[in-house]
Amino acid sequence: MEDILPFLIGCLYAGGIYLIFHRSFVKLIIGLVILGYASNLLLFTISRITRAAPPLIPGDATQLTEPFADPLPQALILTAIVIGFGLQAFAIVLIKVGYKTLETDDLDDITSTDKLEN
Amino acid sequence: MENHILIVLLIPLVAGILSLFCWGNKKLQQYIFLGGTLSMTVAAGFLLERVVNGGIIVLQSAGWEAPFGISLVADLFSSIMVLLTAIIGFAVAIYSLIEIDSHKIRFGFYPLMNFLVFSVCGAFLTGDVFNLYVWFEMMLISSFVLMVLGNEKAQVEGTIKYVTINIVASTFFLAGIGVLYGLTGTLNMADLAVRLPSVPDDGLKDLAAIFFFIAFGVKAAVFPLFNWLPASYHTPPITVSAIFAGLLTKVGVYTFIRFFTMIFNHESVFIDNLLLYTAAATMFFGVLGAAAQIDFRKILSFHIISQIGYMIMGLAIGTKLALTGAIFYIIHHIIVKSNLFLIAGVVNRLKGNFNLKKIGGVYGKYPFLAILFIISAFSLAGFPPLSGFWAKFIVIKAGLETNDYFIVIVALVVGFLTLYSMTKIWNEAFWKKMPETQAKENQPKAVSLSAIKPMMLPVIMLAGITLFIGLFGQSVYELASSTSEQLLNPKMYIEAVLGIDYNL
Repeated sequence: MEDILPFLIGCLYAGGIYLIFHRSFVKLIIGLVILGYASNLLLFTISRITRAAPPLIPGDATQLTEPFADPLPQALILTAIVIGFGLQAFAIVLIKVGYKTLETDDLDDITSTDKLEN
Repeated sequence: MENHILIVLLIPLVAGILSLFCWGNKKLQQYIFLGGTLSMTVAAGFLLERVVNGGIIVLQSAGWEAPFGISLVADLFSSIMVLLTAIIGFAVAIYSLIEIDSHKIRFGFYPLMNFLVFSVCGAFLTGDVFNLYVWFEMMLISSFVLMVLGNEKAQVEGTIKYVTINIVASTFFLAGIGVLYGLTGTLNMADLAVRLPSVPDDGLKDLAAIFFFIAFGVKAAVFPLFNWLPASYHTPPITVSAIFAGLLTKVGVYTFIRFFTMIFNHESVFIDNLLLYTAAATMFFGVLGAAAQIDFRKILSFHIISQIGYMIMGLAIGTKLALTGAIFYIIHHIIVKSNLFLIAGVVNRLKGNFNLKKIGGVYGKYPFLAILFIISAFSLAGFPPLSGFWAKFIVIKAGLETNDYFIVIVALVVGFLTLYSMTKIWNEAFWKKMPETQAKENQPKAVSLSAIKPMMLPVIMLAGITLFIGLFGQSVYELASSTSEQLLNPKMYIEAVLGIDYNL
């Protein structure tokens, strides 16, 4: 598992960044979503994966014995997923409004706030 | 004792929830925001007073001992930032009475403002890295909605850019948190400061530092991550621009200073150099951007960037005097920059345009407003005896003491260029005559000063604070100096959070 995940994370980062570089609004959002997944998986992998060992103290013991799975990263990822979900929902509504207001879905066309006035 | 932290956080939260209940009642929402920020200013003042006299205050949430629970920590730096947040909140609350129309209030302007203030304070007070991430996201989501509220074309454009870059920055932040947790197995900042030095260094520490550098760099708008700022900050209403300009980038600078003094404390030469050259480039390119612009708000937006450079410069030099300068700079900058945005809004109301070529003659008609602008603008450019002069003076003196001549020269040049663009605003908007042809075109939008009198109140208040910081610089300097002493001795912070007998 720990050998495969880094490659998967790498692919997700690469794919996310590749999509962000596109000019379409929709691809931009998909890229952001994939980047979020990549970071969540990175957090999951880097805090070490332990399989089939829940952090439960047996009835006849007073403390945990190694190895056990660390529950904290999973709690963190759960929080990050929820937050990410909120942000992505907002971003999707935003591009819909953007498409209506700006009448384009090409990022290269929305340059009016960058341009110098005269 | 600990309840002081809670009160400061609860006031904006309760105000936000209350104003959700008064969804249809415009007046009531305004009073709640006004009352909330005013009482928060008082509470934050008390908090600062307690911290100055009694040392660092720590609140272990739900009674979970650190490092297992989430600690809320008010040291000098945090309490100063919270007080400034409350002051700016109060100033824009008065300003919003006139500026924000009922259409925006119907779509939740006031609850969002309350939650923005709440999350900014939370980010200043938390002592836990992941909790900081959560406050950041809260701050982002409220700022996203505030920026796009009104749905004008420019706003939607600006928000798309702002949202994209900030979500990318959040993923970097999360990745950084992951690396730190993988290295140390803790997320409490004090505990991290204890454990990180004993972790064998195989480059992962620098990697984590770089992740945080990118995440905070985007928030603070340092070179080369600043492009979202001038593309978006001028689009929302001035009330929103002013609170963003004053506070949001400074949250980035705050986390920079917090992380790079306590957790990554000058261990790596690479990171130190990176900070120093980033500071120089940020100052320089920010001010060059400003020199090319002719929109009042865009000039100010670019100046935020160049001023951030001075604060990072203080952090990068890293001596006590330099950090004192950086903190002094933050205090001065939050007040002055918000005020300049508010003045830009008043001038726009009086003359009907933000474009400097299309307005003029403010000095002739409203000399009092012109004086208020002079105080803020020349303070920004660093004229003695205004607050900006002392801020620049301390940072540059620190640079000379450590023989960092390169950055000192950059800082001086940038000071002159700042003066140049402030003079440009003065000449175009205040000094020259109103262009005749434009006068007619702007006429329908322009109003007289008597119609927008309440908008002048926060401007006068903030200009007064600027003058105070300038004229009584000694007391502010002493406060900043003891703050930097606290920052440079993380031991105090660690002992306050983890207890005196804590060791590995």
